[in-house]
Amino acid sequence: MFLRDLLFGGLVLGAILALGANLIPRRHGNPPTPSDTSVYKEADFRLTVDKVNSAFRGTWSKDNVQPAIQADDLTIARRLALGLMGTIPSLEEIRQLESIPTEKRISWWIDHILQDRRYADYVAERYARAFVGTEDGPFVFFRRRKFVNWLSEQIHQKTPYDRIVREMISTEGLWTDKPATNFITVTVQNDKKNQPDPIRLAGRVTRAFLGVRLDCAQCHDHPFAPWKQSDFEGFSAFFGQTHVGFRGVYDGPGEYTIDDKKKGIQRTVPPKVAFANDLLPDEGSLRERMSTWVTHKNNPFFARATVNRIWALLCGQPLVAPVDNLETEAPIPPALQILADDFANHDFDLARLIRIIASSETFQKQSLSTLDSSGLAEKTWAQFPLTRLRPEQMAGSVLQASSVATINADSHVVTRLIRFGDQNDFIKRYGDSGEDEFDSRGGTIPQRLVMMNGKLVSEKTKEGPFTATTRINWLANEDPRAVETVFLAVLTRRPTAREAAFFEERLKETDQRRGQQIQDLYWDLINSTEFSWNH
Amino acid sequence: MEPLNRRQLIRSTATLAGATWLTPVGQWLARASEGNAPGALMGDSPRAQSVIVLWMSGGPSQLETFDPHEGSRIAGGTTQIATAIKGVSLASGFESLAEEMGSVSLIRSMVSKEGDHERGTYNLKTGFRPDPTVIHPSLGAVACHELPIGHAEIPRHVSILSSQWPARGGYLGDKFDAFLMNDPAGPVPDTKSYMSPEREKRRLSGLDIIEESFASGRAKRVGETLHRETMRGALRMMTSEQLRAFDVSLEPQSVRDSYGDSPFGRGCLAARRLVEAGVRCVEVTLGGWDTHANNHQFCAANVRLLDPAFSGLLKDLRQRKMLDKTLVICMGEFGRTPSINPTGGRDHWPSGFSIAMAGGGIQGGRVLGETDPDGKEEPKNPIKVADLHSTVFECLGIDHKKINQTPIGRTVKFSEGDPVRALLDA
Repeated sequence: MFLRDLLFGGLVLGAILALGANLIPRRHGNPPTPSDTSVYKEADFRLTVDKVNSAFRGTWSKDNVQPAIQADDLTIARRLALGLMGTIPSLEEIRQLESIPTEKRISWWIDHILQDRRYADYVAERYARAFVGTEDGPFVFFRRRKFVNWLSEQIHQKTPYDRIVREMISTEGLWTDKPATNFITVTVQNDKKNQPDPIRLAGRVTRAFLGVRLDCAQCHDHPFAPWKQSDFEGFSAFFGQTHVGFRGVYDGPGEYTIDDKKKGIQRTVPPKVAFANDLLPDEGSLRERMSTWVTHKNNPFFARATVNRIWALLCGQPLVAPVDNLETEAPIPPALQILADDFANHDFDLARLIRIIASSETFQKQSLSTLDSSGLAEKTWAQFPLTRLRPEQMAGSVLQASSVATINADSHVVTRLIRFGDQNDFIKRYGDSGEDEFDSRGGTIPQRLVMMNGKLVSEKTKEGPFTATTRINWLANEDPRAVETVFLAVLTRRPTAREAAFFEERLKETDQRRGQQIQDLYWDLINSTEFSWNH
Repeated sequence: MEPLNRRQLIRSTATLAGATWLTPVGQWLARASEGNAPGALMGDSPRAQSVIVLWMSGGPSQLETFDPHEGSRIAGGTTQIATAIKGVSLASGFESLAEEMGSVSLIRSMVSKEGDHERGTYNLKTGFRPDPTVIHPSLGAVACHELPIGHAEIPRHVSILSSQWPARGGYLGDKFDAFLMNDPAGPVPDTKSYMSPEREKRRLSGLDIIEESFASGRAKRVGETLHRETMRGALRMMTSEQLRAFDVSLEPQSVRDSYGDSPFGRGCLAARRLVEAGVRCVEVTLGGWDTHANNHQFCAANVRLLDPAFSGLLKDLRQRKMLDKTLVICMGEFGRTPSINPTGGRDHWPSGFSIAMAGGGIQGGRVLGETDPDGKEEPKNPIKVADLHSTVFECLGIDHKKINQTPIGRTVKFSEGDPVRALLDA
């Protein structure tokens, strides 16, 4: 009994010491993530970044738009954390970031994120929505969790993106044992002897990997692009030999037949690609051949579609909207093509693509401009767009803001449980936007209710033995430090002079406890527009 | 809690006149057209004003509910009872609903192509099969979009005891999503502030300071987010008298008893109160219909909850002269197989299942379609899900063929079906 008490006391003491270290800026900053920022200085890396920058500058001068100035490091760090990890930087990470020399800060931060498991997990989940949707899918035949974990592992291992895609399209085997095959089994049709649906698969492949809505040609010829209904049928035929059996997904014999409703007959459709026929290899199963064609370096759509999606992850909006349809009347933005070429010429390296976009002037612009009132600046990327945070970004940010230490994948198992449990309940109430990933809708009243009065925010910001409110109240004795700490934890910035004066005054007021005042400050910051909108 | 003080406080902070349910400017125009939509209804319209969907989650067996085949092999021993309408039987257990059949019509020949819960739910709630290029709105969302707002300070689309897939706004926007709530025995979630009015006032004044900083240099853009207006709408709802519509404890004991003492019964009672307050669509979910094993036992338990709630709701609406203006639909995502599996269950069956409709312009006492007593033939007079939806919109005076633009510019109708005249014409 005595030993246990002693142990507990020791734990508490240790925890307090560790927390104190995060609240108070470190003197001997020792960033935990080693980073080699030399890649950012390589000539061909710089060249692409410069080309992207000049492409945008060209647009701005043509449209006569005054670009915004560069945002500060903390704002950029917040964007990156939200886009790539679905959460905001922790107080601990902010301290680490500020201990890095100014010129290396952003590149260190990018690399810090790319090495963090939260990045792989978050991007995998976002990608999975495009690949297999958000549905639970057919019972028994589909294991979404396994698929996402596999995808996360590929991203974490830095597997080239073309290889990841080829595996999804062409792998054989059981969905439990070869998680990539869940891409196929999610379309299993219970009413057709549990066979996968070639039409849905062809639709997914063209949208998610090529940014082409060939499936619109399922019913009618495409309005802008040259796709014909027969192109879609021919593409679907590549999945005509794909079967699901007791040993999982396999390719067998058979021809792809469809019901021709107009003629009232069954007709056989041979596999056919709509363009770039020369990229289609002769060898291999139908799925293998198609996967090679899709991911071919010379298939112009593959790299473009990926760049558009990664851009959207980072910036909240794609360069060409909607994200899975690049075949619009508008021309392809020059920057998109520059990034796509670099991506295709560098082994479809996602990390490099992210580094380039994040290093570009455009990504680092402020989200405000006193010169523009037309809204053109935001449309032409002369200033960073305001986008509403997604439900899981909101949940992740509330949890992170109310914790002093970083809540990462290595965090204590209890913390993680809390994270997942709370998040799901919150997301249900907040409303998941589903597959429709990058819409620019505003918020809803139930969302405001859940933020103002809901359990997550009230539980996380209340005074209690482990909450940040209590810790800040104890450890930041001086009011200016307490106010600054809460601002950094929630908004990743320091208070303005006016805000500082106002809230320091509040903390001095005696009508309620100092802890309650800190809790109120948390509530204010979490309910602000600034917290709910990526900027 | 002193509502009056709170209301005054909100009025003093919310100065934006007349702002009700504001959401993004981008959808504002669409919203503005709502009031004069074709077929827009005024209070004295003869058409239905509201819809109550009794959602039987899991896929209810038609054989143990609205389409019994007593004595046949497929009945598996299920018996049936006579009803107020001669020649129309319901499965045993619906003794109360049987008396109401003069107001209720049945479709016994619903057919769909979706045998999966999620896809079937989407199909029945929206009238469309799932489509990766667009998310369709649920019928309640369409009703909210097309019918006038009136004086509602509370959400006009509510889902009580929702399953995993509540009714959604789809391409019409998240603001048309159903507001989710649990058993009405408890408070409406997240509408009660957990602090004193004084403290809330302090918080709101602190929030103003932070909002000003963020708006500096981006006032117009921040204005367009409508964040603050949405917040005011939320505060207005928190202090609205109309919240009392959710509180079934305000009903006399005898009324509460008539719906049955269950979460579902209370949900149906709350639905009536909400409709009375101007809510357009309430979805009340009764789960537990996915009877892959012990079908008869589980169905009987569900029917014990459904029978008093459904019949109680119809009686109550009629007594209040609301039945003509309120459409009630009882349905699930599909039916169940005529054959009984080795574990005494019935499996998914989208080709010939039953739904019940009442009020809101639906003729009572009719039965459409017929299933094969041997469970082998296709049902006679099959009715598609889209036709059901067109019928609902017809009842509400909404043009189901109205063309809408989805966010990607695709044009979609509210429903691709045709109204089932046999349910509507006298």
